[in-house]
Amino acid sequence: MTMTDPQAVSQPVERVSAKTRLKWLRDMMLIREFELRTMQAYQEAKIGGFCHVYIGQEACAVGCIAATNPDDPVITAYRDHGHALARGMEARYAMAEMFGKIGGCAKGKGGSMHFFDKRTHFYGGHAIVGGQTPIGAGLAFATRYENEVLGQGKKRVTLCFLGDGALNQGALHEAMNLCAILDLPCIFVVENNRYSMGTSIERGTSMADDLSTKAAAYGMPYFQADGMDVCAVYNVMKRVVDRMRSEQRPAFVEISTYRYKGHSMSDPQKYRTKDEVSEYEANDPIRRLADALIEAGSLNEDGFKELNQSVRDEVRDAIKWAEQSPEPDPATELYSDVVTEPFGAYGPTSLPEMCEHEPGEAPESP
Amino acid sequence: MGAAVATRQIQFREAIREAMSEEMRRDKRVFLMGEEVAQYQGAYKVSQGMLDEFGEKRVIDVPISENGFAGLGVGAAMMGLRPIIEFMSWSFSLVAADQILNNAPKMLYMSGGQFGCPVVFRGNDGAGGQLGSTHSWAVEGLFANVPGLRIVIPSTPYDAKGLLKTAIRCDDPVFFLESERMLGNKGPVPEEEYLIPFGKADIKRAGGDCTLVSFGRPVHFCLEAAEKLAEEGIECEVIDGRTIRPLDMDTIIESIRKTNYCVVVDQSWPFGSVASEVATQIYERAMDHLDNRVYRVCSDDVPAPYSKNLEQAMLPNPGKIIKAVRQAMYLE
Ligand SMILES: Cc1ncc(C[n+]2csc(CCOP(=O)(O)OP(=O)(O)O)c2C)c(N)n1
Repeated sequence: MTMTDPQAVSQPVERVSAKTRLKWLRDMMLIREFELRTMQAYQEAKIGGFCHVYIGQEACAVGCIAATNPDDPVITAYRDHGHALARGMEARYAMAEMFGKIGGCAKGKGGSMHFFDKRTHFYGGHAIVGGQTPIGAGLAFATRYENEVLGQGKKRVTLCFLGDGALNQGALHEAMNLCAILDLPCIFVVENNRYSMGTSIERGTSMADDLSTKAAAYGMPYFQADGMDVCAVYNVMKRVVDRMRSEQRPAFVEISTYRYKGHSMSDPQKYRTKDEVSEYEANDPIRRLADALIEAGSLNEDGFKELNQSVRDEVRDAIKWAEQSPEPDPATELYSDVVTEPFGAYGPTSLPEMCEHEPGEAPESP
Repeated sequence: MGAAVATRQIQFREAIREAMSEEMRRDKRVFLMGEEVAQYQGAYKVSQGMLDEFGEKRVIDVPISENGFAGLGVGAAMMGLRPIIEFMSWSFSLVAADQILNNAPKMLYMSGGQFGCPVVFRGNDGAGGQLGSTHSWAVEGLFANVPGLRIVIPSTPYDAKGLLKTAIRCDDPVFFLESERMLGNKGPVPEEEYLIPFGKADIKRAGGDCTLVSFGRPVHFCLEAAEKLAEEGIECEVIDGRTIRPLDMDTIIESIRKTNYCVVVDQSWPFGSVASEVATQIYERAMDHLDNRVYRVCSDDVPAPYSKNLEQAMLPNPGKIIKAVRQAMYLE
């Protein structure tokens, strides 16, 4: 038995206003522009560490998050820029974080893989593959507890994003089992871009051609969406989110997508062909939505150009802001936020006298 | 100390239970989660009766999936709840290392101060009882390496209750290390509420000849050793660190200024241990007050053996401590 719920998926496309779809288009374009400029800044060595861009997958974050309420918790892995922006984090904070500046969303202490934004209920990018999934279960646990024990009367739904590589981590299976037995409203959204680094899903995951089996193992309803079509993603997610908000239990969603760029900035991409990449590029989610809007008369080429200009301006502003934001001052920042109430042997006064802190070199490969 | 006025004696496990129950009555955000904590009434009966009082929404059984439920605790804490996550044994927490060492202590820093992680992880720590090497980890040496968390290791019911209540109210992740070997120990605990702050060592016995520093269960070995040495006229000062992070070096240094000799007793392995850290900090801060090097009594540097006599040979005990004191004081 699979827990696939074809009925929910095949219901007629919900009517979404052109205005909303134009917003989604802009959101996706913003992410794309942000990531292109991120790659550039990385090559200019303004960004250090590992850096994984989201180009090609924009419809996943935008479509899924559009289906949530602003206070539904969202958590994801290290490829997190798109989710943060879709969730409403300002591009400035995102870019400044990668530049390691005090104006970043985590004051420069998290970096590309560890974005956080309390204001938008964004519970982080998490860089240990699968490690975010038990935490996601905890966010869902807290939302249920708030409702049932603290009596806050809110039914929030948690979105926990993961890559297909995380399907093979024990943490996910423990998290799914816990959500199933404790009835936690956590939606596990697998962005199946077919690769974890250089390992194709077929080489790394059992039953790769039918991920509904993963959901069935935990009695979760399984849903599937075309991640190259933001409207399709939204439609599926809207139904899943609405249903889980009232049912308060977990669900499993697979979104088929593709990343156009390498796994990280140091990936030579020997594991796939150029043809494969261009095949997906030809089905680009941004172009697809733009064309649909143009065809429907809700957008013209000039309007598209204007949108393009406005996201460019926004990202240019973000870069300027990131460049101008000061570096965090070791005298005040190195030891702040380690614990809420600093005291003890290695407080700010002891260790710095003994060791010099030089900025580290960026590591080469993942 | 307040325990002196207490009229009733309760077990270590009861002290822990009282701390949790009082805090759960005080604050609805506090909940207890772990294997067998609810229906079974606790693998070691620490949570006995709590399910009845607080119900299954706040005393929650989970399956054997430490990484999963430890991470669940991290997520719930990020949302502002106050989870108490019980590990049946800290040895089993090692499969949750990603959550407890890689996530919980770093969340506040990594998020630039946005997301705290006020979770308490607690359970049985250390060797004893012939459980063999997988079940006999004294994890404090391993975990103490990580900044961003608190490590609490009480030796008496009084300390356990006061420190656990502080732990539950603490805004940072706390590792609370109990010992199955001590759960049945009785001690005076007052009826009225009290809290014990972190980072304040307790002088469990005063003396002017040699400073003994220890944490958790071996504090009792130190007290036994001190009794025996007192018969020979050697008065040891026994300092119970009570918390490893933060570490109260001031009390230790002050004592060494008086005694000029020091032995550190630590139930975990010697290499990169809490004992070596304490010794190093003594050298950094009080070299001039020492009349000999700092002596360490740790577990032997071997996996815990099963055989009773081998296990006893491995662990710190009063005899080893007496020998170390004698060596430190040039008596042997
Ligand atoms: C536990 C762990 N092992 C290995 C890595 C190194 N690593 C980082 S990303 C990655 C691939 C993960 O792929 P997937 O989950 O599919 O996400 P995607 O890159 O497709 O977004 C690997 C192996 C890691 N970060 N964590």
